[in-house]
Amino acid sequence: MKVAKHWRETPERYRLEAGKCKKCKHINFPQRLVCPECGAKEFEMVRLSGKGKLETYTVIHTAPDGFADLAPYAVGIVELDEGVKILAQITDCNPAELKIGDQLITKFRRINEEGKTGMIMYAYKFVPDFGL
Amino acid sequence: MRDIAIIGIGMMKWGELWEKSLRDLAVEASLNCLADAGVDRVDTISIGCMSGGIFNGQEHLASMIPDYLGFKHTPAMRVESACASGGLAVRTAFLEVASGMADYALAVGVEKMTDVGGGEATYGLATASDQDYEAFHGINFPGLYALMARAHMTRYGTTREQLADVAVKNHRNGNLNPLAQFPSLMTREQVMSSVMVADPIRLMDCSPITDGAAAVLLTTVEEARKIKKHPIVVISGIGLATDTIALCQRKDILKLPAIELAGQRALKMAGKTIRDINFAEVHDCFTIAEIMVMEALGIVEPGQGGPATSAGHTALNGKFPINPSGGLKSKGHPVGATGVAQIYEVVSQLRGTSGKRQIADAKVGMTQNMGGSGGSCVIHILEAKS
Repeated sequence: MKVAKHWRETPERYRLEAGKCKKCKHINFPQRLVCPECGAKEFEMVRLSGKGKLETYTVIHTAPDGFADLAPYAVGIVELDEGVKILAQITDCNPAELKIGDQLITKFRRINEEGKTGMIMYAYKFVPDFGL
Repeated sequence: MRDIAIIGIGMMKWGELWEKSLRDLAVEASLNCLADAGVDRVDTISIGCMSGGIFNGQEHLASMIPDYLGFKHTPAMRVESACASGGLAVRTAFLEVASGMADYALAVGVEKMTDVGGGEATYGLATASDQDYEAFHGINFPGLYALMARAHMTRYGTTREQLADVAVKNHRNGNLNPLAQFPSLMTREQVMSSVMVADPIRLMDCSPITDGAAAVLLTTVEEARKIKKHPIVVISGIGLATDTIALCQRKDILKLPAIELAGQRALKMAGKTIRDINFAEVHDCFTIAEIMVMEALGIVEPGQGGPATSAGHTALNGKFPINPSGGLKSKGHPVGATGVAQIYEVVSQLRGTSGKRQIADAKVGMTQNMGGSGGSCVIHILEAKS
């Protein structure tokens, strides 16, 4: 893939930037041009806390290409304190000990790489939030 | 709009069909359909195919299929809505005839998935999810449905056994379908001890990778009455609806708004309620999907899909038979063909020609075909007319 395919997602993936609708205050992640809640087209940029509660999760045993060396690994949907829901891997934990409702927080991590000479992709993953 | 009847249906036995190409499959199902109809006229062709590009390196089916079918120069188009491409092709054919643009419209669904390896096929399927915000993070469709399954088990107490019972029931039906890819019977224990794919989804909770095609021929009810070859089956309702492509962007991941809305729209058009439907072919890409679709359509209350399955209510002789064909699980899931094959099964049931898996007194049937994790859905209501 061309660099731009990943580069253009940098605000979301590296900095958790979201678009807060100026009219209805709904926070959109990733950012959009039209608010799905009210149809307005003006947003202000906000940075998400990355802190939230685990809504559901799975443990991937049969991994897609590019992720086999991680398996088994957990992926979950987390509802952040701001009300935004995001999907990401959950790492630095024993997947068998995860529970719906767990407090998690995002960390900046390596996702995978496009072969030996390709790009290395980074983004957020969740880890347990011990409030430290 | 003109009233529409289905006058021809065609398929072949599905499976890993090494000797047949993408074009062979589409042409064979179409020829079987035209032979069944006893008609050799096609005014327009709509082709449902999710990803000839990824699975076969072949796009532009709107040119290839009419040519190889012997209908060169005929208007044709390919339509795509991931795993709902087949249902969308039937809806497109319906619109062609209902509007008066055509009198005979052929809808053919096809997918040739075994020309690539398992990894690449899974990649192709994963393109129906949000590439940048789902697949990027290492999740695929078994994983997305596993997210729903775990939430369903937690909120409603749905059990591992109930999930398995969906597969057991569908294999029992598929065992009676000579066209099914995996007609073998399956026990609850076999499902529950199969390889873990994405906890709690196991291999035997998943529909397979399949080569196959299916075709149906539509015309006006008026024309159908002149042909008199088969009992008349009409399309009385169609519903199409969409939703967010990313599962996590839904307020409640255990609701399937696209399925609810498509169902309501189809029922409204047909002037019916869900209680008027005798049986349904639904999109059981994973066992949890069948349970959630039953709930979204209002066949059962939320949370009751699992218990109703284990109680036998959705079996062939149950109160509301679901997937008499064996469903995606046993019959197979060549993605673009699935929605058309659902219509094939319902027409066969309404004609009374389903042999050992015939549902008694089948008069009104429904098909529910969805894309991705529920981001799109096409529903058809078919009725037998005397």
